Amino acid sequence: MSMFPIHARAITVRRRGRDLIGPLDLSLEGQGVTIVIGPNGAGKTTLLRALHGIERLSKGEITYASPRPEALAAQAFVFQSPVIMRRTVRENMAYPLSLRNMSKSEISSRVDEVAERVGLTFALNRPARVLSGGERQKLALGRALTLRPELLFLDEPCASLDGRATREIEDVLNHEISRGRRIIMSTHNMGQARRLAQDVLFIHKGQIHEAAPADQFFTAASTDAARAFLNGDIVE
Amino acid sequence: MGELWEGLAQAVRLLITFDSDLVEITLRSLAVTCTAVVIASAIALPLGAILAMRRFKYRRLTIAILNALMGLPPVVVGLIVYVIFSRSGPLGVLGLLFTPTVMVIAQVIIIVPLIASITQQALRELWSDYRDLLISLNTTIPQRLGTLLWDGRRALLTASLAGFGRAIGEVGAIMIVGGNIDNHTRVLTTAIALETGKGEFAMALGLGFILIALAIAVNIAIHTLSHTEQEGRW
Ligand SMILES: Nc1ncnc2c1ncn2[C@@H]1O[C@H](COP(=O)(O)OP(=O)(O)OP(=O)(O)O)[C@@H](O)[C@H]1O
Ligand SMILES: [Mg+2]
Repeated sequence: MSMFPIHARAITVRRRGRDLIGPLDLSLEGQGVTIVIGPNGAGKTTLLRALHGIERLSKGEITYASPRPEALAAQAFVFQSPVIMRRTVRENMAYPLSLRNMSKSEISSRVDEVAERVGLTFALNRPARVLSGGERQKLALGRALTLRPELLFLDEPCASLDGRATREIEDVLNHEISRGRRIIMSTHNMGQARRLAQDVLFIHKGQIHEAAPADQFFTAASTDAARAFLNGDIVE
Repeated sequence: MGELWEGLAQAVRLLITFDSDLVEITLRSLAVTCTAVVIASAIALPLGAILAMRRFKYRRLTIAILNALMGLPPVVVGLIVYVIFSRSGPLGVLGLLFTPTVMVIAQVIIIVPLIASITQQALRELWSDYRDLLISLNTTIPQRLGTLLWDGRRALLTASLAGFGRAIGEVGAIMIVGGNIDNHTRVLTTAIALETGKGEFAMALGLGFILIALAIAVNIAIHTLSHTEQEGRW
């Protein structure tokens, strides 16, 4: 059973007396790539985390079409700063699978497959701590993919990566998209946003300032703030 | 100074003659302390890990309590355990007073707070690194516990070894509950106290050097066995 559509109703995340996001409403259908953009501190990470169910909501609710535990189990999240476990690369990738009742041989074949796809086969037996920044991002992405999630959240997966590493990650993502995986991703790289987006959410001061299909958003954004942001101006 | 040399000579003499009394009390010291460390670790490692995962509110209080317990004078622990296990005490029927078992119990009480406290500190950083991932993956509490203990095992070894160090050198509590009975509950530390009391400083010092050597040997052995030195930081 699919978790889509996902409905967020009047959700607010409030910390230390300040509304980080919301109140906002959002519905997500089961196809495509939603790119979340907006200035630093706008609330992109908070929104993604809230939708993934790991940020406590102060108000409002998020409902999935499938039962909540089932929906949460079919999601994976790649964090803005990748979480690297103090283990080898192989053990890092195997970790989510090891939590489920899965045979050793099946785990190992899935890890091999994913490592191949993200280009980390050569590093499988190294301690993960020796990986470079780009390799860490690939590890975090690969680890998320081992679960074959229906919905994949990516929080700036290419931050501080060079052009080549960025393209390699985009290749992996395109492969996943072509196989129907739903992606919600934040980025500060407008080139990347244009390449991948089908829908855009422009977040500003904790609100969804503008939500539109990608072609419409990039050619004719309807709000001043979004146009200024796309122009590279500083958005106040 | 002369006494120190004499002590050292005495230690060497005891070692090369493979003195049977010495072997016996050394083995008993090891047996009592190792048992206590294993039991205390089984309690304190999960306890410390759970504390590391808790939010500050409850944590502060529990840690304050742990720290207070860490400062408990062993003699007082020994006294309380003595009263509990004495003939007329609540657990007197077990007849455990003046046995190695009750010495183990006293040592467990003394080192659980220490091991739990070090564990808690060591796993704090690990938990803050792993928190988002483990929550995102919908891990159960036992799974989180297992992951933290496993990935933090190097630091936890140090915690257990600190417990070992404290227990093997402890004398106040086990003297009271064990009674320092020859061939039954005499261990290195109580033997040292006895020899010192008798004015046999060379013998006491000799035993002392053996105690130190033992503690160092166990530390080295465990670190080597676990290959921790080669593994680097993690
Ligand atoms: N636990 C918290 N307590 C207080 N403030 C917080 C907390 N978490 C985030 N914030 C604040 O909420 C705002 C939104 O943060 P968020 O990380 O969602 O922004 P972002 O859009 O992802 O920014 P960036 O592009 O820099 O990653 C920021 O001002 C941040 O300082
Ligand atoms: Mg962010």
